[in-house]
Amino acid sequence: MPRTLALLLAGVVACYGLNWFLSEFIEVVYVDYVNLIGLAIILAVGLNVVNGLTGQFSIGHAGFMAVGAFVGAMASILFTYGEIAAGPLAFAGLGSFLFCLLLSGLAAGALGVLVGAPALRLRGDYLAIATLGFGEITRILLTAQDSLGGPTGLKRIPKMPLLPGTETWDGGTSVFWIYLFVFLVVGLAVRLQRSTFGRAMIAIRENELAAETMGVPSARLKVVAFVFGAFFAGIAGALYAHYQHSVRPDDFTSVRSIEVIVMLVLGGLGSVTGAIAGAVVVTLLPQLLRPLEEAMGIDGLSMVVYALLLIVMMVFRPQGIFGQRELSLKLLRGLIPGRRGGKTP
Amino acid sequence: MTKLLETKLLTIRFGGLCAVDCCDLCIDQGDLYGLIGPNGAGKTTVFNMLTGVYLPSDGTVHFDGKLVNGRNPVKVARLGMSRTFQNIRLFDELSVLENAMTGAHQHSRINLLDSLLRTKRHYREEDRQRDKAYRLLEFMGLEDRAGLPAKALPYGHRRRLEIARALATDPKLLCLDEPAAGMNTGEKAELAALIRRIRDELKVTVLLIEHDMKLVMGICEKIQVLEYGKTIAKGTPVEIQSDPRVIEAYLGGG
Repeated sequence: MPRTLALLLAGVVACYGLNWFLSEFIEVVYVDYVNLIGLAIILAVGLNVVNGLTGQFSIGHAGFMAVGAFVGAMASILFTYGEIAAGPLAFAGLGSFLFCLLLSGLAAGALGVLVGAPALRLRGDYLAIATLGFGEITRILLTAQDSLGGPTGLKRIPKMPLLPGTETWDGGTSVFWIYLFVFLVVGLAVRLQRSTFGRAMIAIRENELAAETMGVPSARLKVVAFVFGAFFAGIAGALYAHYQHSVRPDDFTSVRSIEVIVMLVLGGLGSVTGAIAGAVVVTLLPQLLRPLEEAMGIDGLSMVVYALLLIVMMVFRPQGIFGQRELSLKLLRGLIPGRRGGKTP
Repeated sequence: MTKLLETKLLTIRFGGLCAVDCCDLCIDQGDLYGLIGPNGAGKTTVFNMLTGVYLPSDGTVHFDGKLVNGRNPVKVARLGMSRTFQNIRLFDELSVLENAMTGAHQHSRINLLDSLLRTKRHYREEDRQRDKAYRLLEFMGLEDRAGLPAKALPYGHRRRLEIARALATDPKLLCLDEPAAGMNTGEKAELAALIRRIRDELKVTVLLIEHDMKLVMGICEKIQVLEYGKTIAKGTPVEIQSDPRVIEAYLGGG
């Protein structure tokens, strides 16, 4: 526990430092990439607990993100302005912002229980289709809610709250808030993985029948994994809404769910560091390829190259960048020649 | 002696096929009980009914004084019945030690928050599982391999690891499904000694399915023979060996 608090404090300081550094020295366009990467990491690391660790193939992650985004955005609008109204953007209060984030996470998490409890009885393809359906149904239901702006969604979502000393930072505090939750989800995912619950989840992935006959409550643990992913997807949605200041149901199509899956598969299913690497690559690659597209003058070329790179990757390294391994000091040391083979004459 | 497991008229039908027909088992605490029979006699199906994998069509299973029928495998495991599988089912990507630790998961008294916040209870639980798993690996002679991934183990060791994992659940009854399949004579002898030690030293009652007659006759005190889902003989090894119906089932009638 004391170690947890110290870590948390260190995380807060690190995120504050990162935000300061970026707003001081880096152009706003690039800071935008950093933020999008952060949001992608929260989604990917959360979903990795479901798809990678527990081995339940869910492709409805955008649905949870959508619910979190709209719940958080609506709550934040009501807290800050009292009603949906026109006018300049205001800053959300610190307390109400945190409350809205928590509310988003809890709403998405609760939905995770409702959807997960029946859906996780399905296996393989059937579960994938059920979760895909859930994501689409969520998006369509949101489109039909006039109180949430219908297809045009919510606008004028307040800015993320300032912190002491951040008043002059251009770009605001989005990096701080997004990476605070990156830090949280990564820390919690690693701790989950290295606990009796994480081992039990891997056992379910590896052989569900054997896990059950060893007394591992698979139905419950699958829902726990699902809720973990949904909770952080909800928070990522709320962060996204506050970051963009507007949110539409169509921001959360199944394409976004698939994108998260691509991150996981690319990075290596089951590895937290793999999920992070996948989130970075999948977010940056289209941006990096854009100059190429402009130079060649062919519209859509970046997507073609992107797809080709994914195919090449899957052919030559189907287990993903990291496989199931984690990037650790031990692994790095192994890569340095001469360190391991010390005994050879 | 107290009855640990008792089945009455245990029956299961798959469509028109009656895979197990009115099987009565009665196992006392401390027994080393053998269930034998030719291929397809329904031995594994009996295991699957005992451990909640299949729901019996008819009949009852009482374990430790409680009715087991209709409970799922997780609940049956919590009652204290554990098993191994004929086709080995290990958690390949976990290490040997972690495989065994997974068996101890069901007795953990911590909740998810303990692990996420890394409370003292979390560390105590990790230590408890690791100690227990390590002791059982030692017992099964696998302690040198604790850190290897389970998929890297050779065949015979995989079978032993399955037993260690099953023992980590603290079972009252251990059901072994053909543990000696695919082993050579030397390995079989070692395994037989281990099974006896499980009963004598760990005080776990053992129900053994096995093809290898020599192994079963050597260590089991009570034997029951199945053929086409029906019990055709019950008794001590000596009685079984001289039973004409058993000889006919195994050697074929003339």
